[in-house]
Amino acid sequence: MGAAHSASEEVRELEGKTGFSSDQIEQLHRRFKQLSGDQPTIRKENFNNVPDLELNPIRSKIVRAFFDNRNLRKGPSGLADEINFEDFLTIMSYFRPIDTTLGEEEVELSRREKLRFLFHMYDSDSDGRITLEEYRNVVEELLSGNPHIEKESARSIADGAMMEAASVCVGQMEPDQVYEGITFEDFLKIWQGIDIETKMHVRFLNMETIALCH
Amino acid sequence: MSRHTGPLWAVLAALVLPRAGAIEEEPSGASQGFQIVTFKWHHVQDPYIIMLWILVASLAKIVFHLSHKVTRIVPESALLIMLGLVLGGIVWAADHIASFTLTPTVFFYYLLPPIVLDAGYFMPNRLFFGNLGTILLYAVIGTVWNAATTGLSLYGVFCSGLMGDLQSGLLDFLLFGSLIAAVDPVAVLAVFEEVHVNEVLFIIVFGESLLNDAVTVVLYSVFESFVTLGGDKVTGVDCVKGIVSFFVVSLGGTLVGVVFAFLLSLVTRFTKHVRIIEPGFVFVISYLSYLTSEMLSLSAILAITFCGICCQKYVKANISEQSATTVRYTMKMLASGAETIIFMFLGISAVDPLIWTWNTAFVLLTLLFISVYRTIGVILQTWILNRYRMVQLEPIDQVVMCYGGLRGAVAYALVVLLDKKKVKEKNLFVSTTLIVVFFTVIFQGLTIKPLVQWLKVKRSEQKEPKLNEKLHGRAFDHILSAIEDISGQIGHNYLRDKWSNFDRKVLSKVLMRRSAQKSRDRILNVFHELNLKDAISYVAEGERRGSLAFIRSPSTDNMVNVDFSTPRPSTVEASVSYLLRENVSAVCLDMQSLEQRRRSIRDTEDMVTHHTLQQYLYKPRQEYKHIYSRHKLTPNEAEKQDKEIFHRTMRKRLESFKSAKLGMNQNKKAAKLYKRERAQKRRNSSIPNGKLPMESLAHNFAIKEKEFELLDAEEAPDYEVEETSGGIEFLANVTKDTASDSPAGDTGSDTPLTRPSSPRRGPPAVLQPPHPAMSPPASPAQSSRMPGPGAHARSAAARRVHSRRSFQRPRARRRPELRKLASLQPPGPAELPPLALEQEETPL
Repeated sequence: MGAAHSASEEVRELEGKTGFSSDQIEQLHRRFKQLSGDQPTIRKENFNNVPDLELNPIRSKIVRAFFDNRNLRKGPSGLADEINFEDFLTIMSYFRPIDTTLGEEEVELSRREKLRFLFHMYDSDSDGRITLEEYRNVVEELLSGNPHIEKESARSIADGAMMEAASVCVGQMEPDQVYEGITFEDFLKIWQGIDIETKMHVRFLNMETIALCH
Repeated sequence: MSRHTGPLWAVLAALVLPRAGAIEEEPSGASQGFQIVTFKWHHVQDPYIIMLWILVASLAKIVFHLSHKVTRIVPESALLIMLGLVLGGIVWAADHIASFTLTPTVFFYYLLPPIVLDAGYFMPNRLFFGNLGTILLYAVIGTVWNAATTGLSLYGVFCSGLMGDLQSGLLDFLLFGSLIAAVDPVAVLAVFEEVHVNEVLFIIVFGESLLNDAVTVVLYSVFESFVTLGGDKVTGVDCVKGIVSFFVVSLGGTLVGVVFAFLLSLVTRFTKHVRIIEPGFVFVISYLSYLTSEMLSLSAILAITFCGICCQKYVKANISEQSATTVRYTMKMLASGAETIIFMFLGISAVDPLIWTWNTAFVLLTLLFISVYRTIGVILQTWILNRYRMVQLEPIDQVVMCYGGLRGAVAYALVVLLDKKKVKEKNLFVSTTLIVVFFTVIFQGLTIKPLVQWLKVKRSEQKEPKLNEKLHGRAFDHILSAIEDISGQIGHNYLRDKWSNFDRKVLSKVLMRRSAQKSRDRILNVFHELNLKDAISYVAEGERRGSLAFIRSPSTDNMVNVDFSTPRPSTVEASVSYLLRENVSAVCLDMQSLEQRRRSIRDTEDMVTHHTLQQYLYKPRQEYKHIYSRHKLTPNEAEKQDKEIFHRTMRKRLESFKSAKLGMNQNKKAAKLYKRERAQKRRNSSIPNGKLPMESLAHNFAIKEKEFELLDAEEAPDYEVEETSGGIEFLANVTKDTASDSPAGDTGSDTPLTRPSSPRRGPPAVLQPPHPAMSPPASPAQSSRMPGPGAHARSAAARRVHSRRSFQRPRARRRPELRKLASLQPPGPAELPPLALEQEETPL
């Protein structure tokens, strides 16, 4: 807590940037130091120390998202080698619950932000498109938790989903038309009508307790 | 209402008359000797009357639903209560006895369990557990609050002397408060199912009504025992005991439910060979859980609810599809039947002057207090909850929650259970409860729909399952739990993640069939559903066009239509038969052979059609012959079919997608057409070279065919394998060729056609791949799994081909046969792609 405490200015600045409360920032800072082993930055390897993460089938994608420059708002592509606490908070702030007291525009904005994060996770080569290959890759990983689903079926599911996406986004396709991949606009279309606010959020508590209600 | 009662009179007469008749007839029958026919009404009286009542209730339901207008405005439960009142009135007018009342035994042992089991078994688990905290708060704190405030306020008013002279103490009022406080699951379900509010709101109100049972049971029994003890002797220890017993009753009930759910899941794992009684287990074991917890004086409703909630996943996975359907329908039937009876009997029970004791102040104040305190309670609790909830409960939602606090048969049954000796004012309580129930069910039930519309409460929307949605949802689950892991929080997602890991690693392995474990992924299910829908819409499309022309050319090119729904008649017409027709008229001048050829074309088309039907039509189950057996149904063809359809459509979706994606659709089509044309030309050119067909060939043909069908019966299997495997290899080549556009697949076709005399090397040779290495995976696997549904058509074709072939005995009739063969070939490419594709991608 030392660093955060000594520089309450800094905390206030972070509050403004990320929207977390000072308690939450402190709590996350403690966690950050725990992860980094009291270092100022976190590297990819540090995430290996989170035991519960190991069972997560899309672990690598999630960890990667933490270092993605696009998510860190540092550039259009590429990966950072290490992230500092502010970056850590930036990533975490994607998962802040949407403040419903805000105006509609801002809600829409934060909805877009959240979706962008997800989009970046799928679009691993940062070309602004989720291609079939990328989608397959994600789905394979997603379903890898179930040992009974073979890779092939995962692929065909991805294909099916892609087709669905194509029909949602393009509508009727000419027989020779090529659907190259899901752009972010298409992605928004797919998510239309789905209540992302209630889905993509984590309740950041001031203490480490079990949340009673969700 | 009144115009509906007309037909009911007749039924009613039937109900009342036999009674009167029976009494008169009995003595006269006894005096005579042996009677051929005796009228033994008393033997069957009880079950008979029960059945008649059920029949009346069910018929009434039919009558209600004759008019949509009525059911849209008035909830069914209200209609049933009114019907009950009318019927009760008629019976009473005729007989002057209150014929039937809803007795607590019947209610608690026979009518309530099916309703609650149905609720538990079809509970949307994720939603339920996601809102469990909220539900628990409303169910526990809310109910206690309602009971206490209502009881105390009534007592307060009583002390002020407004109610006149009542022989009740504080405890009586609290007892009454406790039984009137609980929201009733039956009433809530009945009304809310028709209102369609959004799912979160529904699950909160409904979950509350289910879970508050434990509170009600405890409060009721605590106060009842206090009343029995007498107000003076209640000590602090008793109060503590009461609180402890709440935990015992609720947790114990839940535990019993979970244990029985475990048992039930385990049992269904091993019912593979007794499919026919499989559905029975679900009902028997869940009912046992109800009885067990009743026996242990735990919360029976909680037990059966949790039994349903916990077992649903495993049971649904374990039992066969038919059993699942059976369970579903039986459960719905029982539940809705029980509900119908409950409401009707509530109405009938009210027609009994003996129970009515009127006390205006008491009745009105009860109505007032339960509404007011529920409103206050909901607002207070929601205020607390909204500080923690992600999805806020809006004021509008709160209004619906207050208004949805319907009381029902549980309260009535409990109040009837009271002992008149201990509770002096039982009759007043009973009549007040009836008034409250009627008021809430009829008045609030009537007005809640307009209210919901007026307030514009978020309605639930029926959405089609979307694969993307499911996938993203799954991704979210993992991301969120990862973020919680990383940020070191133990939250909702964390717990869910741990649970699903545990479920996958331990529970599913123990409780699910091995085969079921595989297919129980929800994403797969959605995928499966979508594919089935595709297949159906594909066939429907063909039907819509009024002919099978659409289906007739099942080339992969067409399949694009399935998804992008752009029917392209041109490609349809570019089918085999079309090509054939053209070429035929160009080459052949002989009328006889033309006729012959036309026949063959029709044959081909028939075959293709037949084959397509086999492939795509989802056969109605009645088509299967049912050989009567009490223990077995005919083997599960339908399941196989499901799978087959699933696989096929999947391939097609995939293939059409690939082609759409790679933009090679056109090329491929062109290549195919080109190839077909070439093959056609070759064939046609080969015909005039040989001898011309004999006269009266067509005539002979039909007769001979029959003969030889018999002859080659033993040989046929041989051919099937050869033919099909050959075809597949050929096909595999075609698909590969078209991709690489190499002419390799075509080279072989000329030679065999020119020397078709060797019967064994007919079409198979044509189809022989010139480069076996190109299609190594095809034959062995394929030939071994041939006897799938699609194989029918093919084996039929093979047999036909074969019969033609063995035909070439003395008479020189090779040519026509050949032509027959030739015309049979073209469907090859068109017909088989799905299989070839199946080869490319290993099946699920």
